[in-house]
Amino acid sequence: MSAVRACALTVRFGSVTALDDVDFLVNEGEALGIVGPNGSGKSTLLKAVAGLIEPAAGIIEVFGKRPRRLPPGTVGYVPQVEEVDWRFPVSVWDVVAMGRFPHLRPWERFGAHDREVVDAAIEALGLRGLARRHIAQLSGGQQQRTFVARALAQEPRILLLDEPTTGVDAATEEILLALIRERVGRGLPVLMATHDLDRAPEWFDRMIVVDRKILAAGTPRDVLDSGAYAGIREHTHVHGHLRV
Amino acid sequence: MDVLLTPFEYDFMQRAFVAALIVGVLCSVMGTYVVLRRLSFIGDGIAHASFAGIVIAYLRKADYAIGAGIVAILTALGIGFVNRRGGVSLDTAIGVLFTGAFALGIFLMSRAPRYSVDLQDYLFGNILAVSATDLQVIVGLAVVVAFAILLLFRPLLYSSFDPVVAQASGIRVPLVDYVLLVLLALTIIVSLESVGIVLVAALLVTPAAAAAQMTKRFIPMMAIAVAIGAACSVGGLYLSYYLQSASGATIVLLATVVFFIALALRRAL
Repeated sequence: MSAVRACALTVRFGSVTALDDVDFLVNEGEALGIVGPNGSGKSTLLKAVAGLIEPAAGIIEVFGKRPRRLPPGTVGYVPQVEEVDWRFPVSVWDVVAMGRFPHLRPWERFGAHDREVVDAAIEALGLRGLARRHIAQLSGGQQQRTFVARALAQEPRILLLDEPTTGVDAATEEILLALIRERVGRGLPVLMATHDLDRAPEWFDRMIVVDRKILAAGTPRDVLDSGAYAGIREHTHVHGHLRV
Repeated sequence: MDVLLTPFEYDFMQRAFVAALIVGVLCSVMGTYVVLRRLSFIGDGIAHASFAGIVIAYLRKADYAIGAGIVAILTALGIGFVNRRGGVSLDTAIGVLFTGAFALGIFLMSRAPRYSVDLQDYLFGNILAVSATDLQVIVGLAVVVAFAILLLFRPLLYSSFDPVVAQASGIRVPLVDYVLLVLLALTIIVSLESVGIVLVAALLVTPAAAAAQMTKRFIPMMAIAVAIGAACSVGGLYLSYYLQSASGATIVLLATVVFFIALALRRAL
């Protein structure tokens, strides 16, 4: 069974079609890169896999089920821009601990095992010295790592990352790359949207190029060598300067 | 000692103190969510809308809590629905709904055959009028709200901080949000007799806002808010006894003073 199966997936926002008749598969132990210009539907695709958006047509299945029917804690999701209130009274540790919440019944205590998993996730993202720090007192890269740590503490069966390397420092990028490859090696399926085409072969086993429809699919090498790449790269470059 | 104990010579004062303590604690717990989720306008809206329910219950000689409860919960769910689905912006929807419902209450009250001062107690609060039956209702509702908060503590925290990721991880955020709004409605009903419709939003917001000046952690914030809310409710009631002032207004004024002290201390440190 595939980790993710999308078949004729179509998503609409009002009269705008964000994804049109999209097919793809992700297997266990496989990292799928999703590239495309801004507004091409990369985030929408991840949100559909996460069950945050209902498709207008077609099928999206995660481990053979519709995303909203999955047991709590199955999908680890790290959105592109964390639109949270950074003054909210929580420390790094508090945020990472939220990753355990989907697994805990209302009457269950936050136990020793949960604490260990949280500490391990904080350690894995190089945040140990910052665990007690308030989230507003972190750099952009540290904030991004905190939210990845929360997704890891959830011990998800699949991980979705939306441009985790955009706007972060080089150290954060290296930590994330090593970590994702290690988890993929242990069987975790990963879907990741990215702008960084140059390093795609290091990150991904397979790649899809999305611009409302799937324009190309294959190994990163194949996709980079194909014609789809050049067009997208130019497109991305132009949009890149428009980004705020 | 006499100063502290004298008010307790009267049964109605004993009930008033118990009611004030419960209301102070409950409003501060809920207020922590209200402040962090920016729901204070919603709280105000639910309180005002419930006045229509109180007047209808009065005219039909039913218990005020039933009338207020039905209208408050319907308003809370209606606001939640508009927030989730509506094409109207949330503050506009609340502004229209709650003033409309409040006006209906005033309209019905003005046409009542025997215009009653009792109804004004709900507008401005009269904690001294809390009867033994009222107190039973207050205790019962408070237990329900406290139990629900305990059970939903983690989902509430997660969906308050990051609803999108909480939902992706399998937490039923829409359900949690609706339950929170219903709990908010119940809390407001519990508080109506002591602080009144006009001032209940202050008791929801002010202790939690003061606590937010003092800590950067969630549970300490809630604990400090509860301490402030309880102290201001009980202290405000004492003050109103000796100053011969309106209890609800005195409680809210005391909390306001505490808020500005907390703000000044944070600036100074």
